[in-house]
Amino acid sequence: MMEAQYRAPGSVDEAVALMAGAGGKGRVLAGGTDLLVQMRAGMVAPGLIVDVKRIAEMTAISQIAGAWRVGAAVTGAEIHDHAGLKKAWPGVVEAINLIGSKQVQGRASAGGNLCNASPAADSVPALVAAGAIATVQGPNGRREVPVEQIPAGPGKTSLKPGEIVVSFTLPARPAGSGDAYLRLIPRTEMDIAVVGCGVNLTMKDGTCTAARVALGAVAPTVLLVEGAAKALVGSKLDDKAIEAAAAACRAACKPIDDKRGTIVYRTKIAGVLLKRAVAIAAERARSN
Amino acid sequence: MSEQRRYKWVGTRQNRPDGADKVTGRARFGADFNLPGELVGKVLRSPHAHAVIKSIDVSKAAALPGVKAVVTGADFPEQPDQLLPAGEMQVNLRDVTRNVMAKEKALYEGHAIAAVAATTAAVAQEALSLIKVDYEVLPHVIDVQEAMKDGAPILHPHMRTDGVKPAPEKASNIAKRLEFNKGDAAAGFGKADIVIEREFTTQPVHQGYIEPHAALASAAEDGQVQLWTTTQGHFQVRGFCCRLLNLETSQLRVTPSEIGGGFGGKTVVYLEPVAIRLSQKAGKPVKMVMSREEVFRASGPTSGGWVKVKMGAKKDGTIVAADITVALQAGAFAGSPVGPSCMCSMACYDVENIHVVGYDVVSNRPKVAAYRAPGAPISAWAVESVVDMVAQELNIDPIDLRLKNAAKQGTKTHYGPTFGVIGMVETLEAAKASPHYKSKVKPGYARGVAAGFWFNVGADSSAAAHVGEDGSVTIISGNPDIGGSRASLALMAAEELGIDYKKVRPIVADTASIGFNFVTGGSRVTFATGLAVVNATRDMIGQLKQRAAKLWEVDVDAVVWEDGEARPSSTNVGKFEPLSLAKLAASASRTGGPINGHAQLNAQGAGPGFGVHIVDLKVDPDTGICTIDRYTAVQDVGTAIHPSYVEGQLQGGAAQGIGWALNEEYIYDAKGRLLNPGFLDYRMPVASDLPMIETVLVEVPNPAHPYGVRGVGEVPIIPPMAAIGSAIARATGVRMVDLPISPPRLSAALDAATPRMAAE
Repeated sequence: MMEAQYRAPGSVDEAVALMAGAGGKGRVLAGGTDLLVQMRAGMVAPGLIVDVKRIAEMTAISQIAGAWRVGAAVTGAEIHDHAGLKKAWPGVVEAINLIGSKQVQGRASAGGNLCNASPAADSVPALVAAGAIATVQGPNGRREVPVEQIPAGPGKTSLKPGEIVVSFTLPARPAGSGDAYLRLIPRTEMDIAVVGCGVNLTMKDGTCTAARVALGAVAPTVLLVEGAAKALVGSKLDDKAIEAAAAACRAACKPIDDKRGTIVYRTKIAGVLLKRAVAIAAERARSN
Repeated sequence: MSEQRRYKWVGTRQNRPDGADKVTGRARFGADFNLPGELVGKVLRSPHAHAVIKSIDVSKAAALPGVKAVVTGADFPEQPDQLLPAGEMQVNLRDVTRNVMAKEKALYEGHAIAAVAATTAAVAQEALSLIKVDYEVLPHVIDVQEAMKDGAPILHPHMRTDGVKPAPEKASNIAKRLEFNKGDAAAGFGKADIVIEREFTTQPVHQGYIEPHAALASAAEDGQVQLWTTTQGHFQVRGFCCRLLNLETSQLRVTPSEIGGGFGGKTVVYLEPVAIRLSQKAGKPVKMVMSREEVFRASGPTSGGWVKVKMGAKKDGTIVAADITVALQAGAFAGSPVGPSCMCSMACYDVENIHVVGYDVVSNRPKVAAYRAPGAPISAWAVESVVDMVAQELNIDPIDLRLKNAAKQGTKTHYGPTFGVIGMVETLEAAKASPHYKSKVKPGYARGVAAGFWFNVGADSSAAAHVGEDGSVTIISGNPDIGGSRASLALMAAEELGIDYKKVRPIVADTASIGFNFVTGGSRVTFATGLAVVNATRDMIGQLKQRAAKLWEVDVDAVVWEDGEARPSSTNVGKFEPLSLAKLAASASRTGGPINGHAQLNAQGAGPGFGVHIVDLKVDPDTGICTIDRYTAVQDVGTAIHPSYVEGQLQGGAAQGIGWALNEEYIYDAKGRLLNPGFLDYRMPVASDLPMIETVLVEVPNPAHPYGVRGVGEVPIIPPMAAIGSAIARATGVRMVDLPISPPRLSAALDAATPRMAAE
């Protein structure tokens, strides 16, 4: 039985070096709300834990030319209290704030939620709908990756050995934009999404000029549903367009029957949530 | 509570004696006990739902440095095929020993196969991985109806269905058949204007106590054993452990911890005999604590069941006949609560013709344990749903229909007894008069109503009352306090003594420090142990009067006890200053020694309880999610000794029933392995799922108790499922028959009823 080593570096370079030196046995600790639970359950036994919460770049929120940059280890509670981010990206903030309980929010981060690679991660569909770009640093330097390209399957990411997600960039966007995230859970709290749906819209003179739609928990990874976006763009978000977008969502689903929901139910709910999330995002877009 | 208060302390809302310890974290629960040199015990559990254990090789585990003892089924002696009472259930010792540690077969995933004691948890865990078990995996059966079919995998080759004549020759998973008859059901249906027949199912649900099972055992070289454990009945634990390990009861002293919930599930033994056996072999104390996963995989839920109800009624609402079949899944060993399920099924109603048949069925799941009103919620889910269908069909208010058929004093039940003073009618009338029922149902919402019945229990209790040197009082009982019973016992003692509640300290003593007490279960403690406490206090008061008589040199009949002091019964006795408890205590040595009262009894006359629940909810037709807007639990509680804890019982039972109705279920894979052994995916309600549960306490005192106590803890889990199902039926037009009414299941049922709503 091996004891895990713990390091808390002060820079991304140092963290990347530690991970590279761990020979595949390293795990990044942000909030630890997934990692520590998995360790206690005996699911993972890392040799090295690299705590990234002392790295300034990974724990800061900043605005650059209208775009927001959010450190991958910023906690849900800090994001909840950030008025500027909340105003610009209410759907993203709501999604991040749905991770776990109030107590978990004090620790959990969007970076951890993404890298845990659960198909049901709440923050991911909202980030994908937002067109968020992840900044990733590894032994070979930095690269920018659209968020939807990071999950590779349940518990798996496309990150290369030693790579760390440093931050997310939420792009600047025109007036008349709004986003929303909805999930379905059987209870009202303390649960995992049976289906999650993120919608991001831009409206001009009552017409939808840009849209992104993402679904969670209906496939091995979060899905960017381009068919749903196509159905919305150019429309006035009339019933027909929304029903076509819902149908595209249902068609995109490749869910499984499991303890959290059935194929039939998940597929149906994907359409239901799309309609409800579009309504919220559209309302926000109109008032922006 | 508008009537004039009859009592000074009974019926008041005092702080509970265990409250400060619990809110400050001082209280010691099962896992909070430690001894010098203790070892960590861990259990190896079966990965198979059904398998023959061909061999177990523990040699590598035993040789691992740090491992001090290993036990398997062979370390526990064979037991006779004999039934013992355990809480509200009956248990067979042959089965109990096999449930504690498997012998020939693993009968469910999670069944204990072996256990180790080691110096650290990590060593114990590694030792488990070194135990080699050679299994022959057998076909398994999970579902109760599947288990009853011909050709189902047989769990116990020796099992023949009891209660069938002639005795069957073939082995079966049906352990027992029961039958109850009143009048002539077949003839009764001939008088009915409408007959409704429907089949219902429920899933097994876990008690969901927050505190996992935990035990610390210390077996000394001279054969003496001490055990600290979280339990609803330390005398029961003593009894089981002594039988399973051939100890005399005087050799085993069991101390109960504070308990983090039990609800019936802590009336049996799991870890305790194993910890003792490991300690005996290791020569060191052994502590064992279950993980949540172990609690789900290996400790008892209550049964799942299948219930068929046929009910006939006249146009005026008179129910003329009921024919009910109940099949309950017992888990891996016989002994589901099918008896009480059959008995409670129609107990709310005065119906001429009733026929009930029950089946006790084994399958490859953890052995069931008691859970609040064991069995009653399962039959009530079906019967109360059908009563609501009768009300809908005849267009009669569901409370009026129940009033028309309500059981009352003199009603002969279908299972034998004739009711004495009961409060079914009063409870229905209070429900009808409640602010909730009188309010209009909000647009988009619908209202459901259902009733429930539980016998409540008496049985054996002992208690003592000691006066301290300063005149304060200790009340000693032997029932773990799972629902505020210490506060209630102290209130009754304060009332009897006429002294301040704060001067009375109630404690729960270990098995060596007070006489036998049957388990905390069946809602018996405030009634039966309360009676023992009242009697012990009265015994003490008798002595206090004698001491005063001695000091005054008068006849004891000339002394009365009033407001906490001895007084002359009249001016004729003479002029004496009253003697307080403190004064009598100070002079005790001169008047005969310490002043203590004792009582022991077998309490007769437990008063049955009835409840009526009202729920308003809405259904999201697109998602199948139910939102409960308002919920009221109305119940005949006899006398509410401590109203806050009585209300808490009603609220807690309702909350658990709502979980049972909407989301709780065990999900198994094709190999019979449980997929949701944790609170994330075993969905009990969270606080935000529920409105404040309103309560209405109806007080119809039980004449068999000096303060009119009836048990209150069981009834409130019985009505919620049918109240919710009926509200959903009234909201959507779809009568759900299978629990839980989870969003996917309700959504599918709604889509099936209105195909155009279905997803394309």
